Amino acid sequence: MIQLIEAIVKPLVDHPDDVNIKVVEDDARITYKLTLNKSDIGKIIGKQGRVAKSIRTIVYAHAQSTENRKVYLDITE
Amino acid sequence: MKQMTATGQTVDEAVQSALSDLHTTKDRVDIVVIDEGKKGIFGIFGSRLAVVKVTMKVDPIEEARNFLINVCKQMDINVTIETNVEGKHVFFNLASDKVGYIIGKRGQTLNALQNITQLVLNRHSEQFMIVTLDAENYRKRREESLVLLANRLANKAVKEKKEISLEPMPSNERRIIHSTLADNTKVKTYSVGMDPNRYLVIAPK
Repeated sequence: MIQLIEAIVKPLVDHPDDVNIKVVEDDARITYKLTLNKSDIGKIIGKQGRVAKSIRTIVYAHAQSTENRKVYLDITE
Repeated sequence: MKQMTATGQTVDEAVQSALSDLHTTKDRVDIVVIDEGKKGIFGIFGSRLAVVKVTMKVDPIEEARNFLINVCKQMDINVTIETNVEGKHVFFNLASDKVGYIIGKRGQTLNALQNITQLVLNRHSEQFMIVTLDAENYRKRREESLVLLANRLANKAVKEKKEISLEPMPSNERRIIHSTLADNTKVKTYSVGMDPNRYLVIAPK
């Protein structure tokens, strides 16, 4: 899953080396915390959160077939 | 983007050495001559080496295609992609045995992937390009079912004399319904709300 998020996010940013994903999980859910270089956050969220929404759609689609817990994607600094 | 500077006795030699270092050919790079070099007297005094800067050109369409293949691979889906370019429109046709996963409910996943692919492509492209993703003729089938839906709901709106709201759809799908019902004299269509929750209403005239 982490590789999928990286595969989507890295080609979109100016600083691919600053892309970092931390996993926080418990019994009910997995949260992927995506941190980016400050200057790239806007690109990943997009106008009206359009890009973020598209990324989540793809990530959740994949999660449906591989995970039986709820999956979340957080985008933070 | 890969680039390097190289030196040589002449401009040509410098370029050649850069090309062999980058493992590429002349038509796939941009070359900037920084210094043409000087032969000097008897090739000894006052001679200067030629310096060139060679930058590898990235083909935005190839980049976008690689991006798609890579993302699908991470979703455990092997795809083959057929590419078609018409002016500023780029069509990628995906084929796979698990094509249903790529399309998703009402084409959600396919549309999301299309949005992001367009971003990736335009990052590398000088001219703005529009990307369309398709998988197993999904777009065509969706259009056919939207036309059917439009005509069915138009009849219903007339019969029940009330407005019918549709679920939110992307602009290209709304356009199909608008144009289907444009010639219909009994109903009018309009859209309400803001993208991505903009939806279409069919109302009797």
